[in-house]
Amino acid sequence: MIGILASIIDGVLVGSVYGLAAMGLTLIWGVMDVVNLTHGAMIVAGMFALYLATSALGISPYAALVPIFIGGFLVGIMLYWVAVHRVIGRPPLMSLLSTFSVNLVLIGLGTAVWGTVLFNVPVSLPGISWQRYTFPGTHLLAAALTVVIAGLLYLFLYHTRIGKAVRAVAGNREAAELVGIPTTRVLSLAFALGVALAGVSGMLIGTMFPFTVLSGDTYQLKGFVVTVLGGLGNPTGALLGGIALGLIEGLATPFMPVSWTPVIEFALFVAVLIAFPKGIFALRRS
Amino acid sequence: MRHGAAQGEGRYAGLFRRPSFWIIALVIAAFVIAPLIGNDVEMRESLVLAAIYIILASNVNLMLGYAGYVNFGSIVFFGLGGYVCVYLMSAQGWPLAAAALAAGVAVSLLALVFGLGILRLRGAYFALATIGVNEAVQAVVANFNPWGGSAGLYLSPRLFLPLGGAMQALWVIYFLLVAVMGLSLYLSYVIKSSKFGLGLLAIGQNEDAAAVLGVPTPLFKALAYSASAFLPAIAGGLYFFKSAFIQPTDAFDLTLSTEAIVIVMLGGQGTITGPALGAYLYEELRGWLLTSETFSHFQLVVSGALLLVIVLFAPGGLMGWLYGRWPRLRKVLE
Repeated sequence: MIGILASIIDGVLVGSVYGLAAMGLTLIWGVMDVVNLTHGAMIVAGMFALYLATSALGISPYAALVPIFIGGFLVGIMLYWVAVHRVIGRPPLMSLLSTFSVNLVLIGLGTAVWGTVLFNVPVSLPGISWQRYTFPGTHLLAAALTVVIAGLLYLFLYHTRIGKAVRAVAGNREAAELVGIPTTRVLSLAFALGVALAGVSGMLIGTMFPFTVLSGDTYQLKGFVVTVLGGLGNPTGALLGGIALGLIEGLATPFMPVSWTPVIEFALFVAVLIAFPKGIFALRRS
Repeated sequence: MRHGAAQGEGRYAGLFRRPSFWIIALVIAAFVIAPLIGNDVEMRESLVLAAIYIILASNVNLMLGYAGYVNFGSIVFFGLGGYVCVYLMSAQGWPLAAAALAAGVAVSLLALVFGLGILRLRGAYFALATIGVNEAVQAVVANFNPWGGSAGLYLSPRLFLPLGGAMQALWVIYFLLVAVMGLSLYLSYVIKSSKFGLGLLAIGQNEDAAAVLGVPTPLFKALAYSASAFLPAIAGGLYFFKSAFIQPTDAFDLTLSTEAIVIVMLGGQGTITGPALGAYLYEELRGWLLTSETFSHFQLVVSGALLLVIVLFAPGGLMGWLYGRWPRLRKVLE
């Protein structure tokens, strides 16, 4: 019984980081109606940025967080202008295909450089023991940092002028434009913010688990599941959705092999979409 | 009644009179004759790949080009079809034709059931579901013991004997694949000329308007999804019979469904001959990339970049560009 509880708690810790990845996804989706299929590649970019920072530059893992956030932001602005700007407002088919193709290019380059072997970033951080179980320090710190970042994002979106502009554009782009909000700049900012969050979540996942160039797909899929759990365009919901997914995974781990995880996630994705098309945690919003 | 019957007859007679019918027939004839000249086995093998590209691409096009829905996981149909066929042959002793046909029927029924549920979802949600379905099916198959789990299934070489031994069997499979390819092209053609196809095109243009005008959108989308599963599943059965071996990583390799999307967009989404044209160009490009030292590792990168350029600057693909230059071509090359 205690074993299951421990597994659930660890699931929640890890799940909050899925929530962070999903926040970026849901921000982009909610603001500009674009499903960013480069999200997985950006998560992987965060992982490899962490790897390079610790192995080549010798920086301590958590000191890489802020540079990765800034780097992700800059990459996001670039990506917005290369692949997204032209397809804004066109049928969803076009933005899906354009971000999908950028993902192909990035994953192809990554595979050419690093192959598909497993990478590992060793982080020495004492865990916390409870009964016979030890919660890894990396999981605890990642969850704590996630909560801090989510709080900062909330402050930004609800208590700053630019954040309010982002929400206004999400609500109604034409109306926002009419009252003088520079919508294009806001869109590129929101996209860049989403990518930066993907990079940071990738970095945090990299401190917890080994990864390959192809890991992005797995976490991107989790991001989509979390996004529909939490409701579209709702960053707080994304965090709760991530925790819920982590909880479910933690609950399932003692009972079935890990190889079934994609099946559970997918079943959850479909069931939630059909039963709660607006997300479980989005009831308040409507 | 008589009037309706006459109209129906006229519709089908019209199918044979349009140039597209004969263009497709020419493509099939070329596939049949080219490798027979000089008994060219090497050419036959590269044409196998081309035929599979055309089969996958023209079926992806039913969803993507007609209804405007991207199916990122079309390879599920191919892989599952392969599994059903190989399993029926190796464990149940079915002959190839029956097993391949059963694979097509089983997979498209599965797609219909799944489609009725998932296709009530609109736009991007559907695309995401198709990414998930591939991961989920692969996980299920890898854990499914009767199908050999992650180790896969083998076919005994004995099974080639009814087709006249391995050498002759390869030719038989090739002609069967070409037949499936021809059927795929004709399926695109018949659907596009039908009321059903008109409904799909309406969904692709504006789904709300189509629903208001009486198109049963969830049903039509599910039927298109199911129809796009049938022939790829048969092709999967034939292909994995040919390799006499199937395992999850080969059967559900996303590269092939990605390439199918690139091919459709390259040739021209929503057209009948576009996927065939795209497949030809893509295979030429691929051949050139594989022989080039610098680019051989970058096949994905190059196809991704190609797709991006098409989406951003020429969403109609090659056919769209041709139509733009010679508007009359629209009547001849559909």
